[in-house]
Amino acid sequence: MHPIIKTILVRLSLGLMTLLAVSIIIFSAVEFLPGDFTEAILGQLATPETIAAFRKELGLDQTALVRYLNWIGGVLQGDFGSSFSGKGSVTGGTGGDRSRDVVDLIAPRLWNTLFLAGMTAIIAVPLSLFLGVTSALYRNSIYDRAVNVTSLTTISFPEFFVAYVLILIFGSLWPVLPTLANVDAATPMLERIQRCALPALTLTLVIIAHMMRMTRAAIINLLASPYIQMAILSGASKREVIIKHALPNAWAPIATVIAFNLAYLVVGVVVVEVVFVYPGIGQLMVDSVTSRNIPVVQACALIFAVTYILLNLIADIIGIVTNPRLLHPK
Amino acid sequence: MTKKFIQKQQDKLTNGIIDRRHFMKSVLATGLAVPAALSLANSAEAATPKRGGVLRHATGYGSTDDSLDPGTSANSLSQNVIYTRGNHLTEVSNEGELIGELAESFEPSNNAKKWVFDLRKGVEFHNGKSLTADDVIATMEYHGGEDSTSSAKGNLSSVVSMTKDGNHRVIFELSEGNADFPYLVSDYHFMINASKNGKIDPQDPANGTGGYMVDSYEPGVKFVGKRNPNYFKEGHANFDEVQLIAVIDAAARQSAIMSGDADFADAIPAKTVNLLARAPNLEILETTGTQHYIFPMRLDTEPFDNYNVRKALKYAVNRQELLDKILLGHGVVGNDIPVSAAMPFLNTDLPNYSFDPEKAAMHYKKSGHSGPIPLSVADAGFSGGVSAGELMVESAKQCGIDIQLVREPNDGYWSNVWNVKGWCNSYWGGRPTQDVMYQAAYTKETNWNETAWKDTDAAIKFNELVVMARSETDYEKRKGLYWDAQALLHDDGGSLIPLWANYIHAHAKTLGHGPVAGNWLNDGNKVSERWWFS
Repeated sequence: MHPIIKTILVRLSLGLMTLLAVSIIIFSAVEFLPGDFTEAILGQLATPETIAAFRKELGLDQTALVRYLNWIGGVLQGDFGSSFSGKGSVTGGTGGDRSRDVVDLIAPRLWNTLFLAGMTAIIAVPLSLFLGVTSALYRNSIYDRAVNVTSLTTISFPEFFVAYVLILIFGSLWPVLPTLANVDAATPMLERIQRCALPALTLTLVIIAHMMRMTRAAIINLLASPYIQMAILSGASKREVIIKHALPNAWAPIATVIAFNLAYLVVGVVVVEVVFVYPGIGQLMVDSVTSRNIPVVQACALIFAVTYILLNLIADIIGIVTNPRLLHPK
Repeated sequence: MTKKFIQKQQDKLTNGIIDRRHFMKSVLATGLAVPAALSLANSAEAATPKRGGVLRHATGYGSTDDSLDPGTSANSLSQNVIYTRGNHLTEVSNEGELIGELAESFEPSNNAKKWVFDLRKGVEFHNGKSLTADDVIATMEYHGGEDSTSSAKGNLSSVVSMTKDGNHRVIFELSEGNADFPYLVSDYHFMINASKNGKIDPQDPANGTGGYMVDSYEPGVKFVGKRNPNYFKEGHANFDEVQLIAVIDAAARQSAIMSGDADFADAIPAKTVNLLARAPNLEILETTGTQHYIFPMRLDTEPFDNYNVRKALKYAVNRQELLDKILLGHGVVGNDIPVSAAMPFLNTDLPNYSFDPEKAAMHYKKSGHSGPIPLSVADAGFSGGVSAGELMVESAKQCGIDIQLVREPNDGYWSNVWNVKGWCNSYWGGRPTQDVMYQAAYTKETNWNETAWKDTDAAIKFNELVVMARSETDYEKRKGLYWDAQALLHDDGGSLIPLWANYIHAHAKTLGHGPVAGNWLNDGNKVSERWWFS
């Protein structure tokens, strides 16, 4: 078997075990939340009988272990359960069960989140690589310092502040971009891109410094190694040295940082979602925690865990593929 | 100067703060002739509605757990959705009167124990069904039935039977007389749904009769309604399309309205309203309604069972300072009764509680209590609640009273703190009459009796008075009963109501409207129905 495929398989099975551990942590964390959904939804007016009946319908009357096994069993078969809101008892029994499947609830939100993350990545990743390489190339020049100062400034501010500044500039003073990114399934692609422009720009400014600095550091680090010295001595130009000789060996740390930032774009942008009214998965999870809509919370947390595991796996694979010593082990 | 005054009076008239007679009187006092004053009143009131356009309403409310079911509707956005897509038997008009909506007329008999509602003919639901008495009965069954979990179940607890007489008449028999019953059925939960075999489907998007048909609804994100071509009201529902967009973040809401991404925005923070008013394309709309902030003291918890402790704390709060610093003047000070000038039978003879360290100290000494008094606060109770608590600690200190502030988490506040801890902060939105307000939070039966004021002599008397007033149909006698009830609550009750908060909105200057209702925010949450693009 090819070592890469072997590595992937090993890492995937390790990832699955990590997921299992994570699912236990998620489930117990949710157990520790005070109050429960029945009370949150039915309100103070509910009688003890209504609450008991409702809890039974949701399966909350069973022991934690049984509930965990039911949940994880369902997830393994691709069934994330159905949202608590809209269950038969909530609609007074007469309306039947109108609850939405968690998958139906999450899917459009997840698509929105991935769209924004993808759009940001398309801007931010090439840009930070370019800035990182060029600032390594012109190390300690005015250009290098300007790029560093600017990107460090934007990463140092909280993202909502960056968002408000951008809204002020592009929404109020020079109104060229929409400040509400409330897209829905029917929004045409061009308008979607336009509406996502400011959130994507905000996120770009927030993540660019990390990737740019890592690229720069990795390359500068390599510039001191003997084979680079050799290349320089053999008359290669500065540009050639960096692009041809240094960069290929720098991919591993750069890929790790990119993966880390992409994961952040999927799981950690709830603040930006709120400021731009973007219907992403972060806002859904926060709402669900507030109302104790447990199936949705658990599904979101699991999706976040999968995102981290997969992106890290991809980063590791890139690290292996770009490193001949790891690609062809003795 | 005069011009500014007239402008102000005109605003007040349009916002329903003063009535037409008051407007005429005050404007005539500036030396204006009667015809001129009349035409001013007319231009303020009688702008003509125009059809067309897409209204984009950015609202600060909404949650992903909302649904179309009116029984679980909990926040202003889902309430707005109800008013946009449906109608009720009665409604509170933009001038604050109760008028028939789907009911053409309603008449009491037998000391208000029996109510007959005659329904409007020729009204169609969005699914094509014609409105009949069966739909009304099925809707009320759904909310008031035995296995109902509707939040408004309590409002119908006195209904003994509902019968129809022909297709357009519904007769309600009540266990006790209730002169305010038509007000009760105007509650937003009781949107009349289309029925089938005596049952309604509360989640069916096409079961309303309202001015807009549901086009799409993503809870907590966006509601889109298209104009109902068969709407029965003339001159209402003027937009081609209405979009209600949940924009929870206040700064995002303001930037949306400033940049023209929205035409109407609610819940504008008092802190920034003056800056927003400078935008040339915007108009600020402020209404004083029935929204009030309250610090309920529970009589089942020490030391609030002590009359003198309650009395001392009522004097130890600097209400004017709270108004100036928490609401920045955008409101009115409260007097510990949940009745505003916008509601009938306000007792105007009651002395006003104001900050009085001497009286507070005197009552506190009489109470014999010593040691710190815990006060649980969170901004979930009302925005600015924590700061209000801090100000109260300081003012109480001047009276020799030690309030100990306990900061509570917003998450779970309504289940773990409110109605549980001895003293906390909370708020109430609009209730159209005293009876409805008392039944929500003050009578001995309601579970939301947040002050647990049930067992003192005054509370027992209060409960009797409220029941008597409910079935009293004579205006003067009724007024007397409500005035006495308010006096008891004012003196002995556990509610400390320091503030009535204004609703602050901003809207594009291109929007036109008539007089603005104060019973809820957003013109009684009926901007979609009542406003237009001029």
